[in-house]
Amino acid sequence: MRSLTLTLTASLLSAAAPALAADKPQLTVYAPDYFASEWGPGPKIEAGFEAQCACDLVFVTGDVLPRILLEGASTKADAVIGLNTDQTARARATGLFAPHNQDVASLTTPVTWTDPTFLPFNWSEVAFVYDDTRLKNPPKSFQELLDAPANAYKIVMQDPRSSASGLATLLWVKHIYGDKASEAWAKLAPQVLTVTKDWSESYGMFTDGEADMVLSYTTSPAYHIVEEKDLHKHALMFPEGNYFMVELAAQLKDTDQPELAQKFMDYILSPEFQTMIPEANWSYPAKLPNDQLPQAFRDLPRPEKTLFYSEAEAEAIRKPALEEWLRAFAR
Amino acid sequence: MTPDLRAGWRGPSLGVLVAAGLALVVLGTIGVVAWTARGLSGLSSWDLRAVWFTLWQAALSATLSVGLAVPVARALARRRFAGRRLLVLLLGAPFLLPSIVAILGLVAVFGRRGWVNAALAALGLPEVTIYGWQGVILAHVFFNLPLATRLLVHGWAAIPTERLRLAASLGFAPRDIGRHLERPMLREIAPGAWLAVFLVCLTSFTVALALGGGPRATTVELAIYQAFRFDADLGRAASLGLVQVIISLAALAIAGRVAAPAGFGAGLDRPAELDGPRGWRVPADAAVIGLAAGFLLTPLASVMIAGVPRLPALPQSVWLAAGRSVAMALTSAALTVLLALPLALALSQGPARGARRWIEAAGMLPLIASPLVLGTGLFLVLRHWAATEDLAIPVTIGVNAIMALPFALRALIPAARTMQADYGRLAASLGLRGAARLRYLVLPRLRAPLGFGAGLAAALAMGDLGVIALFGDARNATLPLLLYQLMGRYRMADAAGAAVLLMGLSFALFWLFDRGGRR
Repeated sequence: MRSLTLTLTASLLSAAAPALAADKPQLTVYAPDYFASEWGPGPKIEAGFEAQCACDLVFVTGDVLPRILLEGASTKADAVIGLNTDQTARARATGLFAPHNQDVASLTTPVTWTDPTFLPFNWSEVAFVYDDTRLKNPPKSFQELLDAPANAYKIVMQDPRSSASGLATLLWVKHIYGDKASEAWAKLAPQVLTVTKDWSESYGMFTDGEADMVLSYTTSPAYHIVEEKDLHKHALMFPEGNYFMVELAAQLKDTDQPELAQKFMDYILSPEFQTMIPEANWSYPAKLPNDQLPQAFRDLPRPEKTLFYSEAEAEAIRKPALEEWLRAFAR
Repeated sequence: MTPDLRAGWRGPSLGVLVAAGLALVVLGTIGVVAWTARGLSGLSSWDLRAVWFTLWQAALSATLSVGLAVPVARALARRRFAGRRLLVLLLGAPFLLPSIVAILGLVAVFGRRGWVNAALAALGLPEVTIYGWQGVILAHVFFNLPLATRLLVHGWAAIPTERLRLAASLGFAPRDIGRHLERPMLREIAPGAWLAVFLVCLTSFTVALALGGGPRATTVELAIYQAFRFDADLGRAASLGLVQVIISLAALAIAGRVAAPAGFGAGLDRPAELDGPRGWRVPADAAVIGLAAGFLLTPLASVMIAGVPRLPALPQSVWLAAGRSVAMALTSAALTVLLALPLALALSQGPARGARRWIEAAGMLPLIASPLVLGTGLFLVLRHWAATEDLAIPVTIGVNAIMALPFALRALIPAARTMQADYGRLAASLGLRGAARLRYLVLPRLRAPLGFGAGLAAALAMGDLGVIALFGDARNATLPLLLYQLMGRYRMADAAGAAVLLMGLSFALFWLFDRGGRR
């Protein structure tokens, strides 16, 4: 038993040793865990980029922003990918990031993007997703959802304190209802079956049939259509609008691989990268004309309006909006 | 010439060293985080609410878990029936479930569309809802009733057969057995079991939130998470981490005050000729066992039903990750035993009472270390020495070994104390020391709790996600990490298959060690 354990430990430690690519320069990119996983876009992007850069692209996974904040100027990252707009204010404040040098005027995002530092690579909107075999009469607007009797719908959502989509929901309600957001939450709270830490728990409860609706994305139905041939899942488009969620990449100012990091920024907006995004990330790519999207994405309904707060607005609203949300549920 | 009653020099001093090391790791990481933040910062009123909620739900969950475990453990200890061994083993399962799997399993049974509500609807009864504080308590009892039961079953098994036979020959009624044998044993074991459950509930957070129905069910651990992830406020995270440590030390002091040694004396380890009381107690025990088994095993069954059909279709990477996780779990288990044994021996002999209390406190500390604070602290310290992604696996193994230590200790400490009380003098008078003492006295006497502890450590390490999330390494993903990656990419069905695999492997590891210990 002991010798077995020792052998296993030895093999583990050797497995943990980094596979050194023979004298190729290494580009280190910090990414969220989902991104670099086998089912995320990471592996395809790595293969595509390495085919043209003569380098070794390494994704280091984990919580990107907390990690950058902890490491500060000593970070080994040459670039980061997968930040949310709710994190860019704090990321920008570190002064560690350099301009991306891309032409953002040509982006196909519904929100006009002008940020010179943080570059969008994919987006969608938050939306309530339901299954038409279980819910026959979904609400037609946010107001109708709020005015429904207390037990009309059972919704699962994410906690804004622990999840980016949860925070986006908070900003969505604030954007529509402004000073009346507290009352909106008070009306919505009875419809909320429960609040989970992450999106995964919520979505699992929804697909298991426990909840009628889940707070997810306008692009969620595409997964079920493409992978499961299931045409019964729909995202609700509200006339009040749906809130924009975008994921961003940036390069580090003090990288020791400035050319490679810049090349990676260029690669992000390349057609090759952008065509991988829809079915690897189940979201809209940041720069791809509609007619080049997969059919399932072209057929998805679009919201009438895409709502969005600028970084500074969102940063100012975050804490008071969270207070309102907590108070509505604390009753 | 009085014989020296202390054992070889290795026990106590090694134990003290291990205890000091533990305290350094747990408290040191909080210190490092606070240092990085340039001090601790104050707490908001929501944080204080979280502290209050955490306290009362943990106390209630622990009291219910241990209270319900008493009749279950007694019934299991005094009855023999077909499948009893398997049932005792299966009782270890809920504790080993990853939180997300446990949530879906519980919801499948007690949720809106669950089996319980389906049955109630068929009987024309109103629906019951689990979302609220009752859901938090239900989930915590589901996780911890088995753990408490196992610890108490060890206690019943430790009552020497000679005492039971004496009781029978004196014509003891069940009431007398309760008074003279069972209650003293419970007085020794139950406070420690309560403490272990209390501390587990203190740091639980994913399950508490999902079944708590909303932010009312906010625990301190969630507040720590928020401080890290959203406010990047390390000072507040460190303050909250300290609050958790203080609460735990208070709980430890209370449990230590209540516990008292049972003092049965040694027996000859004859197999128990069990003859539980007859009459109405037979169906009562059967009902208790049936209810507990039903409550604990139906959610597991629902997880199996969802996942087993998916097993053949799982991608190869899932199996690779499973192999990696098993290797890591075995290493963690070996480390846990290496740390737990000197601690338990040091506690059973050697130092004065005050020092002993500190050693025990240090041994329980890992239970309350927030994985986030621990992981961040280690990250901050280690990044000066090596690339953190290379450290991901060794650090995860180390942290998991430390995290499982308290459970191993809970099983080991009472057994080690009994061993010392019963055989300490004999061993000392024979001059049994060092390796010989270990071989002829310690290992044979402590075999069962050691096996249980190692099994628990392996299984917990198998299902842990804690620190690896911060040090993540996509190329060397563990099985729990892969499970979350699958869910995060909408692949709920594959995730259900991976969950069954994870459950099966955790369970097989636990069974191997536990069985090895009880031979």
